[in-house]
Amino acid sequence: MRPAPTRRGRTAIALWLAFILACGIIISRSQFTTDLSAFLPRSPTPAQQLLLEQIRDGLASRLILVGIEGADAPTRARLSKQIAQRLRADPAFVSVNNGEPVSAERDRAYLFNHRYLLSPAVAPARFSVEGLHAALSDSIDLLASPAGLLVKSLLPRDPTGEMVQLLDQLNSGTRPPLVDGAWASRDGARALMLMQTRASGSDTDAQQRAMAAIRQAFDKAPGATPAARLVMTGPGVFSVTSRDTIKSQVSRLSIISVALIATLLLLVYRSFTALALGFLPVISGALAGIAAVSLGFGAVHGITLGFGTALIGEAVDYSIYLFVQSEQGGSDQQNWIKRFWPTVRLGVLTSIFGFASLLLSGFPGLAQLGLYSIAGLIAAATVTRFVLPHLLPANFRIHDVSAIGVVLSRLVQRAAALRWPAAILLLLACAVLVEHRASLWNDKISSLSPVSQADVALDASLRADMGAPDVRYLVVVSGASRESVLRSAEQVSTVLQTQVDQGELAGFESPSRYLPSIATQRARQASLPSSAVLETRLAQAVQGLPVRAQLFAPFLADVAAARRQPLLQASDLQQTSMAMAMDALLIRQDRHWSALLPLTAAKGVSINANRIRAALSATGLTNVLFVDMKAESDRLYSGYLHEAILLSLGGLVAIIGLLLFVFRSPMRVLRIIAPLAAAVITVTAGLAVLGQQLIILHLVGLLLVVAVGSNYALFFDRSDHPLPAEEDALAEPKQIAHAISPRTLASMLFANLTTVAGFGLLSFSSVSILQAMGVTVAPGVILALIYSAIFARKAHA
Amino acid sequence: MMTLPSPVFSLRAIRRMLAALALMLLPAISHAADWDIDQLMRGLAQTRSDHASFVEKKSIAMLDKPVESSGELFYSAPDHLEKRTLKPKPESMTVDGDSLVIERGRQKYRLQLQDYPELAAFIDSIRGTLAGDRKALERNYRLSLDGSAEHWTLQLVPTDEKMQAVVKRIRIAGVRDTVRSIEISQADGDSSMMLIEKPATP
Repeated sequence: MRPAPTRRGRTAIALWLAFILACGIIISRSQFTTDLSAFLPRSPTPAQQLLLEQIRDGLASRLILVGIEGADAPTRARLSKQIAQRLRADPAFVSVNNGEPVSAERDRAYLFNHRYLLSPAVAPARFSVEGLHAALSDSIDLLASPAGLLVKSLLPRDPTGEMVQLLDQLNSGTRPPLVDGAWASRDGARALMLMQTRASGSDTDAQQRAMAAIRQAFDKAPGATPAARLVMTGPGVFSVTSRDTIKSQVSRLSIISVALIATLLLLVYRSFTALALGFLPVISGALAGIAAVSLGFGAVHGITLGFGTALIGEAVDYSIYLFVQSEQGGSDQQNWIKRFWPTVRLGVLTSIFGFASLLLSGFPGLAQLGLYSIAGLIAAATVTRFVLPHLLPANFRIHDVSAIGVVLSRLVQRAAALRWPAAILLLLACAVLVEHRASLWNDKISSLSPVSQADVALDASLRADMGAPDVRYLVVVSGASRESVLRSAEQVSTVLQTQVDQGELAGFESPSRYLPSIATQRARQASLPSSAVLETRLAQAVQGLPVRAQLFAPFLADVAAARRQPLLQASDLQQTSMAMAMDALLIRQDRHWSALLPLTAAKGVSINANRIRAALSATGLTNVLFVDMKAESDRLYSGYLHEAILLSLGGLVAIIGLLLFVFRSPMRVLRIIAPLAAAVITVTAGLAVLGQQLIILHLVGLLLVVAVGSNYALFFDRSDHPLPAEEDALAEPKQIAHAISPRTLASMLFANLTTVAGFGLLSFSSVSILQAMGVTVAPGVILALIYSAIFARKAHA
Repeated sequence: MMTLPSPVFSLRAIRRMLAALALMLLPAISHAADWDIDQLMRGLAQTRSDHASFVEKKSIAMLDKPVESSGELFYSAPDHLEKRTLKPKPESMTVDGDSLVIERGRQKYRLQLQDYPELAAFIDSIRGTLAGDRKALERNYRLSLDGSAEHWTLQLVPTDEKMQAVVKRIRIAGVRDTVRSIEISQADGDSSMMLIEKPATP
């Protein structure tokens, strides 16, 4: 049935098949991600880099907060202990904390056995006669005080009170109260657990396994009861739920959208062959898009796929134009190529110019969308132009749509009557935008998150129960080795301690507390006198005190042992609860080390960032950075938004430049751009009226409205005259009165419907990023078509 | 480390002591049929806040002579207790709910009582008595009451083995609705006696 393709046709088909195969191979090796970090910047400032690392891999990213609700308090506590017991044996968890004193013994042993290496009070003067006398009389006072109960047994071994010093440092945080031996919220309504996974928060698969392990431990606990419920939250939990949501939505949306568009096209074409052939450019485009993103970024984001689903609605337009605009029967496709291809090509170019601006985005997520669109549209259009005509059977025909075209034609004739109402609507839209200008944009980075409001609320409530500090201010010390950052951290600690003493800060944390630098440990060790010297000094020091020197024989033995003690290594901390703190505060990345020192504000006093900065810079340390995480993340997002707005405007300028270059007539370009601008303004105003604040993806949606709408505007602009580009519109108003053929109109309507179907579906998504594009593009392209019809130049006639 | 009496030893000692106590208390109970722990607790619970001075004498084996201190006590229901030592060295201990803060000169120690169950039980013996909270007291102690409403002695003996290794017994004596002395006997033989007096000018 099909005429043998020409040699050129065979080559085109062969090249296309090879291309599809190559794309298939690339895609089969692609990685797919869903974590939100793709929507965070690529080349941030050092402070932002730190913020991003913390979001991706920091300790906070590895915490899972677990709540047990329902049943009664003893049952909840029992479940908590049973879950904890099971998970403590699971290597996927670094720590499982529920208030049970599992590591308390080890913690105390670590501190007590290494007290002379750890205590900041250890200095040569401390072990002089005067120093010992002062320390001893202090300890005796403490013995007689209410806390005496605690220190009595320690006195003979630790008369200088180093252990008390160390314990005091560690007791700075607040923890949840114990109910029936396990942590509970302050209102007592749920049991609380805090777990740290071994895998980083960005390892979504591992996080999913960890969540499954927790759920299994809960379900299989001997005390399990249907009355109890398990709730979980944390960054890892969020990435897992986001991924599930995005995955299920993208696959559902793409199935529905293909079915919807296929039904629509089948109604129009009444030919399965046409339907199948019409989807070839779409499939080619989708494959090209995914392959290009995979090559360009190393991984493809789930959102990009969701976006790609919607782009089916646009990619299918090209084959619609080919099929519907071609005259019935025969080899009119060659004629279409001559008459319509230049316009379609210009439309594709316009879209590419618009999306190219996204490629420049510092945010990989946006750049992915840009690359996907460009590659996808080029592939779809190229296949439509160079491959599809060769594949059409000789007797290829679709259902005659002229009747619809004629009706549309009549409508378009009268569309100009709507000019005034349209102008008024546009004016109203402008007024709405001016009124809402302050609240138009959502400046919270959380607006991008696919996590539901309910999950966010649960997270906040569990965090409040846990008394988890919100890490806002951090001092970061970086260096080339563990030793160098620990030494700097010790210097910074001295500065911060002064601030604490002056009441500027309530406290701070430092890794050097748990693991002092080798240099400091050596210095402390060196300040311990030999047994003979210490014994003599001790005998003098007890004079005037109600104790006998003999009591301190264990002290002499301990000091002698400490002088020969091997210095502390990071591995010594293992199995203590301090290992977790250490893990969070001392970070290694290849050859780069950083120490984090979180600050705690004094009650009712906000931290004076400038003062702390000044104090830190006085140390002369160059590798120290003071970071206000909240200010940094605000700056990050506003930078993000600002950049995207600039890029979108840049895209618009590029489109205008392209049209000016092609048409060399500002008036004509203005006439093409005007309906698109009107559509953008109306849609934005509509969203504002409906109370939807704009996020970055609305902006991408608006860019799409311009890209898709430019096709309509170009079709309305061209006459179906052989050489439209060289005509001057103003010079020949009459001639173009019937410029647009019914067939072209029909093809635009179908193209518009498929686009609306594809993007309209996204509006029903619960993923805010997808939903934002949906609600912008679907009404936007309808408006672009209507405005194009209303403001088409033939109405000048 | 200082050797503490083994739990077995202290258990036996306490059991023996309890038996002796029971014998001693029998007549007291029969005499004071109209006076019981609940009534005492109700009376004590009426005091919502109080302020008194104290003198405390501690005998600690490690030290050659007893340590004497004096200062002021503040209490407000249900869980705020403050002990301000003025002599020989100013020092303060404040308990609020679960947190214990000890201030000595420039040093400040903050402890969470739940980390130190023995200390918590110890503090709760005093707080519970002042609040008249029998339930709280019975969480950690076996209670026995001796004497009359006019002159009573409440004895607390820890029920928990760990606690028994630290505190042998606490004896609180009072007159009507006020506590007059707290005597603590520790398992290792150390002891303390705190005499509480209402200030002359309230």
